[in-house]
Amino acid sequence: MSEQQGLGIGTDEWVAQHEKRLARRSGLLGILDLLNQKVSPAIRYGILGVAAIAFGLFVDDFYLQRIAANLGVFLILTLGLNVVMGFAGLLDLGFVAFFGFGAYAYALTSSGHLNQHWPTYLSVPAIVIVTAFLGYLVSLPSRRLFGDYLAIVTLFFGQVFIQLIISSDSITFPGNEESTDITGGSNGIPGLDPFVLFGYKFKGAADYYWLLLVILVFLIIAIIRVDRTRVGRAWKTVREDSLASQAMGIKVNNLKMLAFIVGAAIAGLAGTIFAGIQNSVFINGFDMPLLTLIYAAVILGGSGSIPGSILGAFVMSVLPEILRVQNYSEILFLSVLILTIAVLGKSWKKFAFNIALVVLIGFLVKVIVSALNIATTPAATWAIAPVSKALQHWLVIPQSRLLWGNIGFVLLISLIAYYSIAKEKIKFYLLPLITYVAIFVWEDRLVIEPNTTRQLIIGMLLVVLMIVRPQGFLGKTRVEVL
Amino acid sequence: MSYLGQQLVNGLTLGGVYALIALGYSLVYGVLQILNFAHGDVYMVGAFLGYFVELALGGPTKSIVPVPIMLFLMFAISMIGTGLLGIVIERFAYRPLRGSSRIAPLISALGVSILLQNAAQLIFSANIRSYDTSSFIPSTLGFSIGDVTIDSVRITVLILAFALMFALSRWVNKTQVGRAMRAIAIDRDAAVMMGIDIDKVIRWTFFVGAALAAAAGVMNGLLLRGVSSGMGFVPGLKGFTAAVIGGIGSIPGAMAGGLLLGVVESLTQGYLSTNFSDFYTFILLIAVMLLRPNGLFGKKAIVKA
Repeated sequence: MSEQQGLGIGTDEWVAQHEKRLARRSGLLGILDLLNQKVSPAIRYGILGVAAIAFGLFVDDFYLQRIAANLGVFLILTLGLNVVMGFAGLLDLGFVAFFGFGAYAYALTSSGHLNQHWPTYLSVPAIVIVTAFLGYLVSLPSRRLFGDYLAIVTLFFGQVFIQLIISSDSITFPGNEESTDITGGSNGIPGLDPFVLFGYKFKGAADYYWLLLVILVFLIIAIIRVDRTRVGRAWKTVREDSLASQAMGIKVNNLKMLAFIVGAAIAGLAGTIFAGIQNSVFINGFDMPLLTLIYAAVILGGSGSIPGSILGAFVMSVLPEILRVQNYSEILFLSVLILTIAVLGKSWKKFAFNIALVVLIGFLVKVIVSALNIATTPAATWAIAPVSKALQHWLVIPQSRLLWGNIGFVLLISLIAYYSIAKEKIKFYLLPLITYVAIFVWEDRLVIEPNTTRQLIIGMLLVVLMIVRPQGFLGKTRVEVL
Repeated sequence: MSYLGQQLVNGLTLGGVYALIALGYSLVYGVLQILNFAHGDVYMVGAFLGYFVELALGGPTKSIVPVPIMLFLMFAISMIGTGLLGIVIERFAYRPLRGSSRIAPLISALGVSILLQNAAQLIFSANIRSYDTSSFIPSTLGFSIGDVTIDSVRITVLILAFALMFALSRWVNKTQVGRAMRAIAIDRDAAVMMGIDIDKVIRWTFFVGAALAAAAGVMNGLLLRGVSSGMGFVPGLKGFTAAVIGGIGSIPGAMAGGLLLGVVESLTQGYLSTNFSDFYTFILLIAVMLLRPNGLFGKKAIVKA
């Protein structure tokens, strides 16, 4: 009974014991959970901050600086969406349109395109305010409506934004003979002015990196603070149960609109900086792939959790860079694969058995293929990175790579789907087979097409995550009362 | 006058396609209250299947069967195949999430959408393939009323779209599964207590919804010819909008919404501007949401949780 006394008011017994259940986990997950519990948030943010400053001071590589600056922009976006979706629970599918709006607004006010060269300290705040107002306008029609309707209005808004930008390169105003080019259409707007702050003219990604660092520190502190205010708490009650919060006298619609507007303003700010870093704006940066990337980041880390958003943003923006280089992508793929087996295997013994089976299957396939005299692709053409070189005596790539890769891919998806409903006993033997097919498809097909592969991974991740761990990696488990 | 008539015919044809897509959204929403974001990509798969059936039968020029049979097989195989895909998607991406939070199935649907789109790109490559309709259905076939000509492809699409819509209403209103579906839409718990096999009904709903989307995909292939992995997004969005305009969850609403959307789009493209047609459709959506938040045919929803 002494257990019961530790419960706070409004805490369910099941929820209260959740932490303990986690602690009892054996295998790899147990170790990770232990680590997660031992390190306090202040230490985590501290380590992150020191690492970020060290990066800015000691890394001179232009390419890495560029990636870091883009990560900063992406982090702002993720934190912004976390407010809209994580805190207030709104499915805002037009989020990237506000990002794009911010970028285009900066481009129009700071380039030779319309011959406007506003000072940075004027243009950026003005754009943030205008973007917030745009967010207000978009949220108006869905004011009385519920999550699903907001999704369609915002999704359509994103589409209209793209069409307007593409088509606004030849607008004929009444009373004017010639058409005016407002947005540059699909050619975009090149040659933007760099940021100028306190008389300092920004030169490269490194300068924006420091600006982003300052903004991010303020943004994170602001979001943590807001999270603890009346508004922050009210957002969460609206997310959990809007009917009940309405009954409690919370102005549900106003709060939803506020969250939406705050999200739009943050996205607009990110847009201006992004435009500054890129030196130019093009419309194809602001469509669905980016949106799904931001969503994946927020959800992966744990919707509603600030450390979660940061983790998600890191994973999602570093992932494409890694996938681009075959060497790194193979190492990443294999380590994630082994980690997955370790997590799914639940104990170290089963894990060792699984790995042994995978190796066995590989050699078995190799023997069968050579016995049947099936033509293969010579290893020299595909084994070009260290990992695939190590695999070349074990893995077989048939001559018609495309065909077998596609067959393998379909087989892989079917096997994974079957795995999700298979019995425990079958699962145990299915896992090595899936692992082998995954390695085969990766080396045969996926490694060649990094962009498609990235999207496939994101799609898969979203579905699997929703089923296995809907709260994301660092999110809190929620018990929903339906 | 003839120009207006021509635009109306084009609009109705386009609207028929949108209506079929919208029906899929509405059917699923009626039963499960989730928005199936992957529907546009299911439509894309349907268009691809139709294309491959055409290819398997000897291609557009050297078909091994007469054209009507080829058309029939294209529609039938594509609809059945895609319908099965719909069942698979429901089984693996939505059923595990039944009873979880409201937003989880939406995210899962987003994931399925990305997955389908990129799997198609991986397997079929990013090239745009063509149905090449004009080589097996000459556009000179067809007839004219006054100055308005309706070519044979449009006739086929129009007749088929309306036939499918009619068949669907019969199915929903007259069959046992249809009745069970309506019962679930009204009150799921009560329906379960009455002994309705909810899984079976949901399987049927997804099958029919996906099959209608596949038909729309093949129709789009016949009308506009191009088929590619990214083709699902915009029609999916339009179908979704049509369902919302008509009142999501309402079957006559989805049909009316689709037709209205098609006609409005065709007229704005004909009279106002081709480049901004989506913008006008958006205005229509906003207007409907402001004036009739539950759509043209939707019932006022009492929302709980």
